[in-house]
Amino acid sequence: MSVIPHTLGSPEAPHKSVTLRVTRSWGSRLMDVIMRWLLRVAAVSSVLITLGIVTVLITESLPFFKQVSIGEFLTDTHWTPLFANPHYGILPLVMGTLVTTLVALLVALPVGTVVAIYLSEYAPVAVREILKPVLELLSAVPTVVYGYFALLFVTPLLQRLMPGLPGFNMLSAGLVMGIMIIPYVSSLSEDAMRAVPMLLREGAYAMGASRLTTALRVVYPAALSGIGAAYILAISRAIGETMIVAIAAGQQPNLTIDPTQQAATISAFIVQVCLGDLPHGSIGYQSIFAAGVTLMLMTLVFNILGHWLRKRYRQVY
Amino acid sequence: MTSLTTIIRRSRLRDQMFIIVGVLATLLGMITLLALLLDLSRDGFGRLHWGFLTSFPSRHPEKAGILSAWVGTLCVMVVTASTAVPLGVAAGIYLEEYARRSWFTEIIEINIANLAGVPSIIYGLMALGLFVYQFNLGHSIQTAGLTLAILILPIIIVATREALRAIPQEIREAAYAQGATRWQTVWFHLLPYSMGGIATGVIIALSRAIGETAPLITIGALTYIAFLPPSPVHPESPYNSMSWLRSEFTVLPIQMFNWVSRPQKEFHLNAAATGLVLLVVTLSLNAVAIVLRYRIRRRIKW
Repeated sequence: MSVIPHTLGSPEAPHKSVTLRVTRSWGSRLMDVIMRWLLRVAAVSSVLITLGIVTVLITESLPFFKQVSIGEFLTDTHWTPLFANPHYGILPLVMGTLVTTLVALLVALPVGTVVAIYLSEYAPVAVREILKPVLELLSAVPTVVYGYFALLFVTPLLQRLMPGLPGFNMLSAGLVMGIMIIPYVSSLSEDAMRAVPMLLREGAYAMGASRLTTALRVVYPAALSGIGAAYILAISRAIGETMIVAIAAGQQPNLTIDPTQQAATISAFIVQVCLGDLPHGSIGYQSIFAAGVTLMLMTLVFNILGHWLRKRYRQVY
Repeated sequence: MTSLTTIIRRSRLRDQMFIIVGVLATLLGMITLLALLLDLSRDGFGRLHWGFLTSFPSRHPEKAGILSAWVGTLCVMVVTASTAVPLGVAAGIYLEEYARRSWFTEIIEINIANLAGVPSIIYGLMALGLFVYQFNLGHSIQTAGLTLAILILPIIIVATREALRAIPQEIREAAYAQGATRWQTVWFHLLPYSMGGIATGVIIALSRAIGETAPLITIGALTYIAFLPPSPVHPESPYNSMSWLRSEFTVLPIQMFNWVSRPQKEFHLNAAATGLVLLVVTLSLNAVAIVLRYRIRRRIKW
């Protein structure tokens, strides 16, 4: 910070004795205090949201777990809470969620990483400045539009390649979801890789490494904490994604690891139940909160993992 | 023994190959986006005419329109923006300009980072339990607006903080040197200078809110609405009314979801047309945000 030289007042002006006085009016001081408190209240409200989420999920799902034991919830292989002969096993929904997520990640992680390496290490600045925002548009498209695309464009396309593929299937939902989350992977990974100091690259070049070797063996590992965080964000996005799977993957709970089958995910089940008119307090109503708790815990695990990863492998240059 | 030139040639070749792979990977996203646009246009463009925008949904696909849906989206967005923007900007200002490092600020920061990772449908469940059944706000526009406001709050907070952080410390010190209070510094200097960055974040956040479907289905938005919310303006005193806030509603993405889920092909065409409207709105909002961000970066050099 530079020290401002004392050049106040022109040299010709006669010197007057100036008494420095704090001239803040009562009004402005009062305003300052009021605003400080208002702003603090706003900041605290974000914590209230989390409290609200946790409280609602717990209080609304507690009655469910009074009727259904945790053991049954976790081990029963059927999920039919709205049938005359109800079964409350979350496994089929969890499996549907995991399979669609896995398909999406098989697309998004490799493609997103390659895009990130290309944009950060190879692409000219002008190309990168254009491509990055355009790619980010992929995550700006409403998910219901992706659902339409998966059901009425990708599935018919896949059916030509794989005759016998059912109209609802986890494969097309997962593929489209994968494309949707590419920007989450690529943008954040690219930011992380560009934050790696040039010195490291120059060191690698000086040792005779090629660009590709430098990118894969030096830059990628150096940026791993940021890239890992990007992967984690992509995973929790895929787990929580709702409309694509609700539209294109089907609505029947189905315990299978075959992505060409149809199966409901946790989020798709919640949507399906909410579309009907369920009375407040019925077991069907409570079951969506039980499903919600499961979904929340699954994403929470990954969020905590991401947090830990960032802290643990953070390299400070 | 391989000579040095062979090694160099080989690694050059591998570099070239990687560039091809990288371009292809980038193109995959672009091509999908293009295919999406073309597919929607092919199916839906024929339906996009004036009548489609000014008719209510109907059992007859060719007569059905999205009047109640776009009016609903507009009303919900008014509630969302008027709640989330002041709250989010205020929280951002507090965290960036007022808060000292303490365990409490740390908690708020971790909390905001975590909120961004919570699936949108969970926000819907929370709104269902809290707004609909605890506060009795009903399956209404106000519930929907508040739900989406909570959903986009983290985006606005983060954008505000980033915009404020970009302002150099000297600006604040200059203001304090003139005897300004902290609030006067924020109001007369920091907010005007960070307006562009905040606006970019708000636009991105609203475009996200416009496309959100799942949380609104969760709070019980109806899929068939053949009426408009009551007008906010009345011919006689008191001339305005907030009763539209309590009206039941539908929004564009829910209308589209409703039409996609039907078996008849004709309704799919309506869904495509609705999708086109949604895409045009969200993509142009994002384009505005991109241009805004680019211009701020070029113009302001501290």
